[in-house]
Amino acid sequence: MSFEILDTRELNSENTWMKIKAPLIAERCKAGQFIIIRSNEKGERIPLTIANWDKKEGSVEVVFQKVGASTQELGTYKKGDFLLDVVGPLGIPTHTKGAGNTIVIGGGLGIAIATPVARAYKEAGNKVHVIIGARTKELLFNVEILESFADGLTICTDDGSFGIKGFVTQPLQEMIDKGEKIDTVFCVGPPIMMKFISKITEKHGIHTVASLNTIMLDGTGMCGACRVTIGNEIKFVCVDGPDFDAHLVDWDEMMARTQAYREEEKIALEHYHKCRAEKALEEQNSKEKK
Amino acid sequence: MGSDAKKSSGRKPLVRTRLPMATQRPEDRINNFDEVPYGYNEAEAVLESQRCLQCRNAPCVKGCPVEVPIPQFIKLVQQGKFVEAAEIIKTKNSLPAITGRVCPQELQCEARCVMGKRYQPVSIGNLERFVADYAREHGEKLPELPEPTGKKVAVVGAGPAGLSCAGDLALLGHDVTVFEALHAPGGVLIYGIPEFRLPKDIVKYETSYLKKIGVKIIPNFIIGKNKTVKELLNEFDAVFIGTGAGSPRLLNIPGVNLVNVYSANEYLTRVNLLKGYLFPEYKTPVKKGKTVITIGAGNVAMDSARTAKRLGAENSIIVYRRSKKECPARVEEVHHAEEEGIDFRFLTNPIRIIGDEKGRVKALECLRYKLGEPDETGRAKPIPIEGSEHIIECDVVIIAIGNNPNPIIPQTTPDLETSKWGTIITNSKTGETSLQRVYAGGDIATGAATVIAAMGAGKIAAKSIHKQLMGHEIDEEEHNLEVGKCDS
Repeated sequence: MSFEILDTRELNSENTWMKIKAPLIAERCKAGQFIIIRSNEKGERIPLTIANWDKKEGSVEVVFQKVGASTQELGTYKKGDFLLDVVGPLGIPTHTKGAGNTIVIGGGLGIAIATPVARAYKEAGNKVHVIIGARTKELLFNVEILESFADGLTICTDDGSFGIKGFVTQPLQEMIDKGEKIDTVFCVGPPIMMKFISKITEKHGIHTVASLNTIMLDGTGMCGACRVTIGNEIKFVCVDGPDFDAHLVDWDEMMARTQAYREEEKIALEHYHKCRAEKALEEQNSKEKK
Repeated sequence: MGSDAKKSSGRKPLVRTRLPMATQRPEDRINNFDEVPYGYNEAEAVLESQRCLQCRNAPCVKGCPVEVPIPQFIKLVQQGKFVEAAEIIKTKNSLPAITGRVCPQELQCEARCVMGKRYQPVSIGNLERFVADYAREHGEKLPELPEPTGKKVAVVGAGPAGLSCAGDLALLGHDVTVFEALHAPGGVLIYGIPEFRLPKDIVKYETSYLKKIGVKIIPNFIIGKNKTVKELLNEFDAVFIGTGAGSPRLLNIPGVNLVNVYSANEYLTRVNLLKGYLFPEYKTPVKKGKTVITIGAGNVAMDSARTAKRLGAENSIIVYRRSKKECPARVEEVHHAEEEGIDFRFLTNPIRIIGDEKGRVKALECLRYKLGEPDETGRAKPIPIEGSEHIIECDVVIIAIGNNPNPIIPQTTPDLETSKWGTIITNSKTGETSLQRVYAGGDIATGAATVIAAMGAGKIAAKSIHKQLMGHEIDEEEHNLEVGKCDS
């Protein structure tokens, strides 16, 4: 059983979009859930939150950042190629019912996940304002899609090349200061961003949900690699999440755990580039022989 | 001639000690992941088989959770009929190459061997392993399959329970589909038990054998997510649940979420299922660590500590609050671990994991214990010694203190009755659950136990399912599943 890649596109210099044939997943998935991909026999199991899906076509879409060896390799897969393993939908869907006035915040790659979640909040009858942020204009995406259904959209860039110059916390703080009625905040993106959002909303007692992206292996509660401290309890992101009450998350612990393999990632990347270079050389040699 | 002739044609003189299997030398094997014992050769197998007294009442069989016809298969070994010996085992046990390696024989069949009363018991496990390997290497015939019954059975989980249930049902002519959440079948055989104890090629062979007899295995398919048990009941005549005890128990001590604190499940899955020992060629990393401490003393703890040694740990330490006598691991595993230089700290229990400024493990604080009166499990109760706090520096900690049942099926099957521990409640003599046409067995029903007990439960359920499918009444099966209870 393998899974055909129906299409891929470079959204920008950092983020790659991929559409995969996976009817079983498309049939069941809901906003906030994720899948795990293993591209080939030697590959890692990579958890990726579902960015979109099409039941009719039997497809799911993901967006990933080519940062490590595994994601760089995934980035070399093109339309018509096959992925060895895709499993999902995993995790509990985002709870959108009765959320009220909702602010959905997506930072960086998190924009990809914020999009279907914002739509789900909207479809559940809530008023939805979306805030997205990226380092620079070039790294923004999904703007038109979000404009098409959100009740409001605020865009921030760190360098000010588009929208507000600053972090996503800035417009959030302004909305709170203006006294706007906010019932729920949903955030997804770099953990440090979510931590700061949670600090702001906690002061004002605003219910805040964070979608966590931790290290995972099986995704079914078997390994415990994804465990986090929520309040006084240990929870598994794969089966108890990925959404948690942001005010209860032990952010420092979670950030430390996601960095656990920093050194190994470097080794893997070096090895990957070495292999790629050797392979390219071999191909060139065999061409010359012909 | 008379009596002399009788003597020479009779049994050989009694050999009191069993023939050990040749093994890789400890100093070699701590540098590789190859299997530790080489297994018997043909001559050794025949020699050991001749120690069997062929007892009529076969007490050994009563010690086997799946009632392998032990004297019969050993007799065939005595006659050099190895393939036939394997065939007769397979009438009761569909995975002999696996059980020959991972069963706690010293608590089961071998514990009841008459030879063992005065001398050493016959090495039943080693013989089982030998004939299964021989048959695999020399090509075994596929059993003749009956006419298809047209009945469909879904099996949830491709671990020992599910695979044995699936195999038995296929041999009875039913159409069996196994759904597996991971990308490869085998369950704990593939993600948990290391290569050096159970080579993965053997697991692959055994699962491909099941495919040859018609079992369909679908990986990457999570019952409870992609389909519910209720939905399966619309498509299938019966459902067997064998989803195992796959939820790691963690210690309730400070520091359990520090970086480089692993559950044994995570550590072993990285190394076994995802081949982390071949990193970076295989992309899944695993922390190697200079000093690795494993907490617990079951087979999973031995597997973890020995894996750490092979990954290059200078010190691989096992911390256990009771003494060596109480270790729940197979005797052979403890012995192998000792040979490999695993540092056992018995009567020691952790109270705190200490981290550095980056949130990574740097030490384990422990208390020393002494043994008191027997507790409710019959084992001496460990009592902490006041003021015995001490710190062991380390950079990786592995928690191997057991597993809870996997929660996905109970959570997504509303009418399925479960216990307060999260296990599915079954009639252990039939495998029936509170839901009609739904059966369960193995660790999901009993809590963490052995591979062979799970296989036995799969077989019992297969019998009940067969009866249900053929319109017979389901009656209770007496069984030996409780024999030699310990962790896998």
